[in-house]
Amino acid sequence: MFTINQYVLAESLEQAYALNQSRINVILGGTLWLKMGRKKFNKAIDLSALGLDTIEEDEDQFKIGCMCTLRQVETHQGLDQHFDGVVAKALESIVGVQLRNGATVGGTLYSRFGFSDVLTVLMALDASVERYKGGIVSLADYAAMRPDNDILVRVLIKKDPRRASYSCFRKSAGDFPVLNCAVSKLEDQWAVVIGARPGRARRIMFTVGGTPSEENIQSIVETVRGSIPFGTNLLGSAAYRRILAEVLLRRNIEAILMGGAQ
Amino acid sequence: MIINLWINDKEFMDDVAPDKMLLDYLRSKGFFSVKRGCETSNCGMCTVLLDGKPVLSCSTLTVRANGKHIATLEGLQAEALEIGGFMADEGAEQCGFCNPGFIMNVIAMKRELKDPGEDQIKKYLMGNLCRCSGYMGQLRAIKKYLAAEKEGAK
Repeated sequence: MFTINQYVLAESLEQAYALNQSRINVILGGTLWLKMGRKKFNKAIDLSALGLDTIEEDEDQFKIGCMCTLRQVETHQGLDQHFDGVVAKALESIVGVQLRNGATVGGTLYSRFGFSDVLTVLMALDASVERYKGGIVSLADYAAMRPDNDILVRVLIKKDPRRASYSCFRKSAGDFPVLNCAVSKLEDQWAVVIGARPGRARRIMFTVGGTPSEENIQSIVETVRGSIPFGTNLLGSAAYRRILAEVLLRRNIEAILMGGAQ
Repeated sequence: MIINLWINDKEFMDDVAPDKMLLDYLRSKGFFSVKRGCETSNCGMCTVLLDGKPVLSCSTLTVRANGKHIATLEGLQAEALEIGGFMADEGAEQCGFCNPGFIMNVIAMKRELKDPGEDQIKKYLMGNLCRCSGYMGQLRAIKKYLAAEKEGAK
């Protein structure tokens, strides 16, 4: 179990940022994962009172506050009407409603969990993250960075006419994914994201004009299998994951060609 | 830290440690329907309603319940008894340890979803594990319970 010396309900992002510069302090997400560790924290900083638990939608984008729960994102009607409903589709396989009512978007993305379905699907939608000091950076770049002392304030998703599909393989419902995969298509740009490799998700972009032929698809599969590293853990071997990757990838491409979402 | 909260509509004021989990706090107050199952944010045994939403009390800091309303099974006896009756009729359970958390989430589902189909029921209750059964008895019980409720509402 983790321990906390002092709980601080932050009154401003500036205050939270200042406290977060100390390595023995921590910003709280949903504490679902954090509490399973054995770390001893001095101050636990809660961003709950800063109004960051809402999803704003305008003509151009969705702005998801870092304290939004996964369940809020999953059940947001505006998001569900975009990207072939792929966000809800990816989130609904995560553990259970109770966990998703606690887990926060900011906590999940900051932690760059290898098993994250959230990271995988949002990288395929070319989402960005807004940091308090560091400004806006693409989620794909953010995911590759080492966790720092900045604060992830919001996740931004542009409303483009992208088609998208998500699929994962789990040994039982609600378990960690053995592998997950999200694909999106915007004009001739295809984004392929593979997560739970078991490391954090990786994205590769492809340009394919028109409807991809079997040759094009095979070439995407070969590139993904050849350039994304797969690893072995208790859930499955690297070789098994490489086989799964082809299956999930093909299902997603097929779903997009058929009109999106699995 | 001094907190003020409502458990089953009764007000409590307490000085709690910042790292005290809600599960431990609720049990220390005598709400023993809240069970410690996996304690890894997975099994759903510790489910309570926090401002009406089902959450895992094993993973929720008590200080975050400050100013909020919590419902446990002790406060929902009429509904619990009714759902429990349907479960018993279907022989849905053996040991019963998962039952309080399960019923809490069935109540949350009934309040949140309108006329859920089998697929929606399964998805909503995915985070409640039962290690004795194959979930079929529970599924039959819930379907009959929801049907009876709908019939009664007419």
